Amino acid sequence: MLTFDRVFKRYIDSSDALSDVSFHLDKGEMAFLTGHSGAGKSTLLKLIAIIERCSRGQLILDGQNLCHLHERDVAYLRRKLGLIFQDYKLLLDRTVLDNVILPLIVSGMSHHDAARRGRAALDKVGLSLKEKKYPLTLSGGEQQRVGIARAVVNKPALILADEPTGNLDPELSAEIMTLFEQFQQVGVSVLIATHDIELISKLNHKVLVLNQGHLTIKNEVILEETIGETA
Amino acid sequence: MKRKATRHKKLKQELKATTHNSLSLAATLRMHGDALGISLLRLLRTPFSSFMAIIVMAIALSLAGSFYTLMSNTQQLMQGLQSGKQVSLFLDEQLSDEAAEDFARTLLDNHKVERVSFISKEHALAEFQQYSGFGDALNALESNPLPAVIQVFPNNIVQNEADLNGLIAEFQLMPEVDFAQVDMNWVARLQGIIAIIDRFVIIIALLLAFAVLLITANTIRAELQMRSEEVIVQKLVGATDRFIRLPFLYSGFWFCFISGILAWFIVSLMLLMISEPIESLSFLYQSHFEIHFMSLFESLIFVLGSALLGTLGAFIVINYQLRLLKPE
Repeated sequence: MLTFDRVFKRYIDSSDALSDVSFHLDKGEMAFLTGHSGAGKSTLLKLIAIIERCSRGQLILDGQNLCHLHERDVAYLRRKLGLIFQDYKLLLDRTVLDNVILPLIVSGMSHHDAARRGRAALDKVGLSLKEKKYPLTLSGGEQQRVGIARAVVNKPALILADEPTGNLDPELSAEIMTLFEQFQQVGVSVLIATHDIELISKLNHKVLVLNQGHLTIKNEVILEETIGETA
Repeated sequence: MKRKATRHKKLKQELKATTHNSLSLAATLRMHGDALGISLLRLLRTPFSSFMAIIVMAIALSLAGSFYTLMSNTQQLMQGLQSGKQVSLFLDEQLSDEAAEDFARTLLDNHKVERVSFISKEHALAEFQQYSGFGDALNALESNPLPAVIQVFPNNIVQNEADLNGLIAEFQLMPEVDFAQVDMNWVARLQGIIAIIDRFVIIIALLLAFAVLLITANTIRAELQMRSEEVIVQKLVGATDRFIRLPFLYSGFWFCFISGILAWFIVSLMLLMISEPIESLSFLYQSHFEIHFMSLFESLIFVLGSALLGTLGAFIVINYQLRLLKPE
């Protein structure tokens, strides 16, 4: 599904943000990406969404090498991804449903069909009664669930979430994680960047730890001591 | 059940289409329809700033439009002057009024002459006294110094200056004629001046069109900046630049389309306001000159042309600015 093969990312006038990163994520696999602020978590996600380009190495998604993807194909690649952000990135002047169906509308689907799928996605995240509301009238947890509905409405192969629970309390965070696990169970790959160690330790998934641009792959059992060492 | 299956199939096809670089005709039409509606809504959602921009552009466009109608009206006027060509025959002083009138009648046999008008010595003097302001001074003269004049109006066989000069030479040979003259020089000079003004007007109209282009570009740039967050989210969920660009292009279209219609009304109103004094002026010159308004075709070209100008302005600025706008 997703393969990083010795990927480097260097910003102009600075040291490597990512250095020699290699890992693989299978179809239907869920993984956490963790590390301190500035360790390169966001950079790694940005490379997959082609918000940034890798400097060296190979980044393969679904057989396509993203490091050399043509600019005009970027939009089409992003339709295979479901992106989730810490600040939700919802459009405040549109209703919940209009926010959710945005990925379908931009890819040319009719409003009628898009609305039907949008409602199904809202139903999955438990917000079917809120479709006509505006984002600012919802709580933070609800807004993030709108963001998740928008990310999955296009039936993406890979969900990328950047600190999705960063603004939520532990209880809401756990709910959001349960949602992600549900999508994983139906075959979607999920990659979640978070520094919420407590949350990760409760769930049994692969953990990718970034430290100053270097990646180590851990499992849940030895996670706590690793974090203890690097801290 | 069967219906559900076909629907499912249709959805699958639509989804497949979304991952390919081409859109179906229906999707393309839908995209344009949506963009057309969205852009109009955006314009109405900020009525004050939209109104201001539209007024400014309408003024610029109406200036260009009124210059154009001014030009087409002077051209019409010049044609009127050319068809009013005439030759004045100053008759020999010895010729009696009766003989002169007989001579005038014989001129009508010439196949190049449409009509003639005879002005006797007395009539010429009376007219001169009335209009020149030398009334009393002329009374002091012992005899009438003015010759009788025949004004000859050539018909359509005489078309250009060469024809007219030929006719003059013909008249000049006649013994009754002392001096034949056509005063077309001033017409030629006026035409020269008008040709210069015409060119000047075209340059100014082009400058105004350029100004409209820039105003549109600036308005659209401001709109894009206001919507940068929305554009970035659209990019993140897989919108192509083409999709994002379209509503902005239609915004440019609407702005200048509405401005064009407004400008058309301004120009027509201006013409309406000056048409009365112009007509009374032309009445003083014993001619009938009617103001020429924009024809239907000209109006269409004017309004659609300005709409196109707006779309072009939007296109230039969006293509440039969209490249700079990237998600972070």
